[in-house]
Amino acid sequence: MAAEPWQKYEIPGPTKAVVITKPEVVSALVTRAKNPILVAGFKTAEIDFGNGKKPIDYVIRIAKAANIPVVATAHTVSEFLKRDFKPTAWMSAMDIGNRLTDPTWSVTGKNPPHDLALIIGISHYYMSWLIMSGLKSFAYKHLKTVSIDQYYYPHCNWSFPNLSLKDWEKNLTAIAENLEKGRKK
Amino acid sequence: MTKMRIKIDELGTDILKAKGFELSVGRVVEEWEETPGPNPMPDISTLREWDHKLLKKYKPFYLPFCDLCCLCTMGKCDLSKGKRGACGLDMAAQQSRIVLLSCAIGAATHTGHARHLIEELIEKFGRDHPINVGDGSVYLEAPHARLVTGIKPKTLGDLEDIVEYCEKEIVHLLSCCHTGQEGNNIDFESKVFHAGMIDHVAMEACDIAQISTYNFPKADPEAPLVEIGIGTIDTHKPVILVIGHNVPPAVEIYEYMKRNGLENDVELCGICCTAIDITRHTQKAKIVGPLSHQLRFVRSGVADVIVVDEQCIRTDILNEAMKVNAVLISTHYKNFQGLPDRTNDPTDEIVNDLVSGKAPGACILNSEKAGEVAVRVAVAIAPKRRKMGIIPEDSQIIEAAKKCTQCHSCQRVCPNNLPIPEAMKAAAKGDLKPLADLYERCIGCVRCESEGVCPNNLHPHTLMVGASRIKIREEKFKIRAGRGPIQDVEIRRVGGPIVLGEIPGIVALVGCANWPDWKANALIAEEFAKRNFIVVATGCAAMAMAMYRNEEGLTVYEAFPGAFDAGGVLNVGSCVSNPHISGAAIKIASIFAKRKLNSNYEEIADYVHNRVGAVGISWGAMSQKASSIASGFWRLGIPVIVGPHGSKYRRALLGRKDRDEDWYVIDARTGERVYVGPTPEHLFFPVETVEEAMVMIPKLCMRPSDTTKGRAIKLNHYIDLHKKFYGTLPDDIHLFVRTVADIPVTMKDEILEFLKEKGWKESKNPSPDPTLLPRLIRVKKEG
Repeated sequence: MAAEPWQKYEIPGPTKAVVITKPEVVSALVTRAKNPILVAGFKTAEIDFGNGKKPIDYVIRIAKAANIPVVATAHTVSEFLKRDFKPTAWMSAMDIGNRLTDPTWSVTGKNPPHDLALIIGISHYYMSWLIMSGLKSFAYKHLKTVSIDQYYYPHCNWSFPNLSLKDWEKNLTAIAENLEKGRKK
Repeated sequence: MTKMRIKIDELGTDILKAKGFELSVGRVVEEWEETPGPNPMPDISTLREWDHKLLKKYKPFYLPFCDLCCLCTMGKCDLSKGKRGACGLDMAAQQSRIVLLSCAIGAATHTGHARHLIEELIEKFGRDHPINVGDGSVYLEAPHARLVTGIKPKTLGDLEDIVEYCEKEIVHLLSCCHTGQEGNNIDFESKVFHAGMIDHVAMEACDIAQISTYNFPKADPEAPLVEIGIGTIDTHKPVILVIGHNVPPAVEIYEYMKRNGLENDVELCGICCTAIDITRHTQKAKIVGPLSHQLRFVRSGVADVIVVDEQCIRTDILNEAMKVNAVLISTHYKNFQGLPDRTNDPTDEIVNDLVSGKAPGACILNSEKAGEVAVRVAVAIAPKRRKMGIIPEDSQIIEAAKKCTQCHSCQRVCPNNLPIPEAMKAAAKGDLKPLADLYERCIGCVRCESEGVCPNNLHPHTLMVGASRIKIREEKFKIRAGRGPIQDVEIRRVGGPIVLGEIPGIVALVGCANWPDWKANALIAEEFAKRNFIVVATGCAAMAMAMYRNEEGLTVYEAFPGAFDAGGVLNVGSCVSNPHISGAAIKIASIFAKRKLNSNYEEIADYVHNRVGAVGISWGAMSQKASSIASGFWRLGIPVIVGPHGSKYRRALLGRKDRDEDWYVIDARTGERVYVGPTPEHLFFPVETVEEAMVMIPKLCMRPSDTTKGRAIKLNHYIDLHKKFYGTLPDDIHLFVRTVADIPVTMKDEILEFLKEKGWKESKNPSPDPTLLPRLIRVKKEG
């Protein structure tokens, strides 16, 4: 399936992310990863699905279900704390991008490097796009990247296509449910 | 040093008859109180070792804007995932090469501006016209020129020698971007720093020239308040709009008005730095606003005549002027706009052609003539034009919005991803508020109106401006006119408190108008002025800071004093005034700490980096000039924060606070290596949100030299803002607390508990005399 960058002029290059058509793919990637990490930006707390829920609520569900460490960027940590969830760390989007290029680093200090990064909600499409571009060229030997944002991010290894809010929530729900089921087994 | 020149208009001897004879005799070395230091007129290689020291701490994190290199005919080459191009270059080197190209363009633009301006001013005022930037309050008139070139300029002619050095260096820097030159990314980055240093030297020469000749405020903390905002423009008068950066044509417009008694009959206003600079010359001129206001004001039709000079002008300005029947006058060869060169035509003829509509505009490369033509044309055509604009009324907006198909094309080409379709949906139902609410987040680029973007050919930007009519009319604010340099006496007063940390920092708001919202500039300025930081500003950032009122109805320039002191808010001036900010840091090293200035860049930069708590913020950084301005700060070791669009500069320069080994300095007293923590943590840092910027500012103001009192003050601001915006204590306090005395008193219990959890131990040497330069060790350790 072909997909286009959400901001039309953010054209990447010859290699583009594989489009995730089924959210089960994300659950499977997480389950198979040895040391995954979830990076969440402030958009996760700004966007409202219209039913009282926000993307950050699903981030927490996914993190708990798969026991993935969460790094909150910008001032997103305050929103996690309001929901009684303490992220493993909080740092700028630039810092986490930079550290993920380092094969000797992991957020917990254990089992470096991270081999899978789920990325969601960094506040500006182009900024997230650029960080993923940095990871594509400078972390490719040890890290796979997955965008579970609302939009298509061509520099990841895998990405959702551009989605309506409704479909995005549906996909996040499915990922959380799959991982929760896996945990019960 | 000065060049000796002999100029004879007409020479007649037995053996030679000549007209316009000019003889130039090398440089005459003129002693000043300091002997030259180790690095007069450094070339690309001279300061490489210093650059590498900084780049070892602050490594580039590259953010490739594109996987490809398209610069030569062997390409395109895919450089992603470890691939190399046909020339052998890898992705890291390619990204830093593009940063160098950007900074070389930026430095060349300022240097070209300086060259053009200084030549014009020499022509008008003479080569021997004295330098005067402070009316006796500024003895260190050119800190950058003295530091880098060893030249102590006394006359306009001396500034030419300074610019000549800059031109030579920029040619070499630009040549390094050619295929098959540099191959190492860190060496490219060192050249980036060189471009930035050169840029500050050239900008300084440029501003010194115009301050000395055009009666600008001279280091005046009480520079007058002037009007800013579209609402301040009197639309009943003929209106002349100046756009760009080179102020002589605007000055000549005003001088012609004055000579002809038209000062109160014609409105002179401006956009971008020419606007800032013309209000330094006359407080009768007004500032429309920053760059983002360019198109919306032109389309309002208020301006009868538009006069452009150089830089940051919309390249489709002639088309836009023609849409509203305004006349365009181009005054600079950098921007002909396809117009005929009328410089040598009779003035009456040009005026007649423009007034009759025979020509839509003219290029006039003589400032005086351009000034006269602009005023005479404006007076003649204003009654006929009747301010013809293309801004729609409410009913037209609603009808247009009904045609929106919600395809999202406009949103997807908008740099700020503004939710235009949602606003159009509401507008179609008669609710124009969501459309008007986009106004402060719109940068005015009008990509949403580009050919083929909207399938129904709607013009979202124009509709948004129409919906914001009332708000725009209410844009009436005050900004302090650009004051120019910082006085020597001000440096003496604050040098100690800054170096010791008791004034928590200098916050410099600079740069362009490519921001996610403009209000952030004022919010940052207000927050840190209240916290007793020194807030300084230039250019579009200085303007945007003025366009917001606090709860008492005051702008930051009305609410805070204009002195370089704790709690001051200073508009230093235009883009080329930025070196007065970096120059203030240099002056602290020179005047307060009495470090040798003459040709002594490395030592001064080492001092500034380790002791002067300053940080630059460019919330709307856009241009190549902004990148070279930033790189001039980097070479001095001063960190720069950019708004999110700044991530497009292709790389950040980031420290790793988790790596203790990166944060050692040498104690110059003993030669001992001392851990001082990540102070400052980053050198170039794009942020995601304004809240993140607010927290990073005090953090990046920490320096190894802080006294315990100073560090406690800085920590207090950092922790307080972190709690306010992040809702919790920072997780890295232990890296900044050296002794218990560093802990802010009001937070002592809480922080001690935190430190205990982290296993923190007191530093054995909390107050080193910090340096990165082994040659500055005064007593070497035995053995």
